[in-house]
Amino acid sequence: MLPALPVLLPLLGAGATVVVGRWAWAQRVIGVTVLAAVSVVAAVLLVMADRGGPVVAEIGGWAAPVGIVLVADRLSALLLLISTVVTLAVLVYAIDQRIADYGRRTASTTFHPIFLVLSAGVSLAYLTGDLFSLFVAFEIMLAASYVLITRRTDARRIRSGMTYVIISLTSSLLFLTTVALVYAATGTVNLADLAERVAALPTGLQTVLALLVLVTFGIKAAIVPLHFWLPDSYPNAPAPVTALFAGLLTKVGIYALLRTRTLIFPEGHPSVLLLVLASVTMIVGVLGALAQNDLNRILSFLLVSHIGFMIFGLAVTDAAGAGGTALYVVHHITVQATLFLVSGLITRRTGTVSIDAMGGLAKRAPLLAVLFAIPALTLAGVPPTSGFVAKLALLQAGAGDGVATSVVAGIVILASLLTLYAVVRVWVRVFWGEPREPLPDNDPDDDLVVGTARTATPMYVATAALVAVSLTIAAAAGPLSAVTTRAGDDLVARTPYLGAVLGQEGAR
Amino acid sequence: MTTVSLAMAVVVAALYAVGFYLLLQRSLMRVLLGVVVLGHGANLLLQLTGGPPARPPILGGSAEGSAPLADPLPQALALTAVVITFAMTTYLLALGYRSWVLVGHDEVQDDLEDRRIARRRTPTASMGEEADEQGDEVGVDPGSAAASGDPVGDRS
Repeated sequence: MLPALPVLLPLLGAGATVVVGRWAWAQRVIGVTVLAAVSVVAAVLLVMADRGGPVVAEIGGWAAPVGIVLVADRLSALLLLISTVVTLAVLVYAIDQRIADYGRRTASTTFHPIFLVLSAGVSLAYLTGDLFSLFVAFEIMLAASYVLITRRTDARRIRSGMTYVIISLTSSLLFLTTVALVYAATGTVNLADLAERVAALPTGLQTVLALLVLVTFGIKAAIVPLHFWLPDSYPNAPAPVTALFAGLLTKVGIYALLRTRTLIFPEGHPSVLLLVLASVTMIVGVLGALAQNDLNRILSFLLVSHIGFMIFGLAVTDAAGAGGTALYVVHHITVQATLFLVSGLITRRTGTVSIDAMGGLAKRAPLLAVLFAIPALTLAGVPPTSGFVAKLALLQAGAGDGVATSVVAGIVILASLLTLYAVVRVWVRVFWGEPREPLPDNDPDDDLVVGTARTATPMYVATAALVAVSLTIAAAAGPLSAVTTRAGDDLVARTPYLGAVLGQEGAR
Repeated sequence: MTTVSLAMAVVVAALYAVGFYLLLQRSLMRVLLGVVVLGHGANLLLQLTGGPPARPPILGGSAEGSAPLADPLPQALALTAVVITFAMTTYLLALGYRSWVLVGHDEVQDDLEDRRIARRRTPTASMGEEADEQGDEVGVDPGSAAASGDPVGDRS
């Protein structure tokens, strides 16, 4: 039953935080304890999956093709672990931001329960072995995110919230349609069972289903023609919420693509469509970032751009591509969440999100400069960092997979350099130059830009902890990439997953 | 593989067409109706995957050997999906109401920042940029001006 805990604990915790809604400290203790416990469970699952193959829990005691299963293989357990660690850091940051803004005693009735529900949804999305449960997981996650993005609304947040909610609902209904068509065609929604039955379908039907899946998860992951909602909606949420969304939600879409593509729709040759999408996503995203001068929007566009890197890993057929994507997702979850948390610290300090109105922050806040510089260089992939390790894995995978892939590998390098240019541009405008007086907070009621004075030390600690996680990924690159390589081998071979879920006769 | 009758296929297609058409409208109320109709379409499609209509349900195994039974799984899935669609509909209603309270209408608005960035690349040098931007924001889009102004002040 171990794989059920990462879903159950946050849901029970959410209920408990509602019950103790009057006592802020109790909510905080429950939230942090639950997420810490889930991290431990995820670490245990990772060790178990790495040593003895996928860990399977049959919910309700029914065996695989009939009942719902939760499967923790290397990929799921690894992503679950890093996601929960990031969620925990973001929660600590959010708690201390609230304490800094409103004092220690005020309790938020909605934030903690919703936050934990979101965490449960993300865990379920990683662990489920069932297409319909994946839909439910997405709905849990998205419903929680709707509330988080429109909490404490003002007019601006209503506007961005609407865009986000409508596009997410559309993609959910498309997902539901996909589930219906998949069930009509194959008579099952179990992922492992689908792996065998889809292969028996006519090629045209397979293509239609694969495209529907690509569009559905492509909207969630913000692949370029489907990305417009992201830079529009994310920057308007409070910093911890944006950090959480940017770190996790798009990556859950990538995970779903990776899982379905390797398990259900394996192709056997580089996917031209995905290569084109990857190139366009990388270039459009980073060019968008260069045009902006709102710090959060720059980071959002860079997020879109780096989704392209992961799509590139998906397009490469062999196990190295899948492993490289997994490593990149681990790196990117950490670094993107860190950058948005740092951006939150910067905007609290300067009172504005426009990088043109900032300046000289390196002198005034050297700690902030260090906290920004490390993840920014990591995002660009400068050598000793985890970004370099992850990009190297992708490039190595791409270089050995035909001419088209090698060309797109060149675009990967170009996009990395442009990313470096984008973050250096931010660095020059924000941290160098004449120090400027912080702008006054023109709207003290909202929690988006809370002026200049108050920042709790634990917010720095939480951000620094995420920077440390990112550095740890770089330091432990050897063992970690060994794990992701094994995960990639598992994904492409398919037999460990099928064998664990369907029993030995399934592992032909 | 399951096939559906022509009538049902037409109904599902019509629901999807109407749903997507409404989704593309400006008013959140129409978008809401679009989500409802589209949700009905998706749920009907899910329901149809259980086989043709009018098959007997599973009742304690009494129909052994007779006509094929209705597949119960799509019904369970559709039930879950109906509940989720319902919850999302109520959420959208609440959002529309909130928008009406805060902004005075429920239109889905454009992203002002995007427009501003698009207009910034004029041949004129960067000196007059700030002033131009201010002018643009106020003058160009009266429909969305509410978002850039401070309608929140009305709240108190």
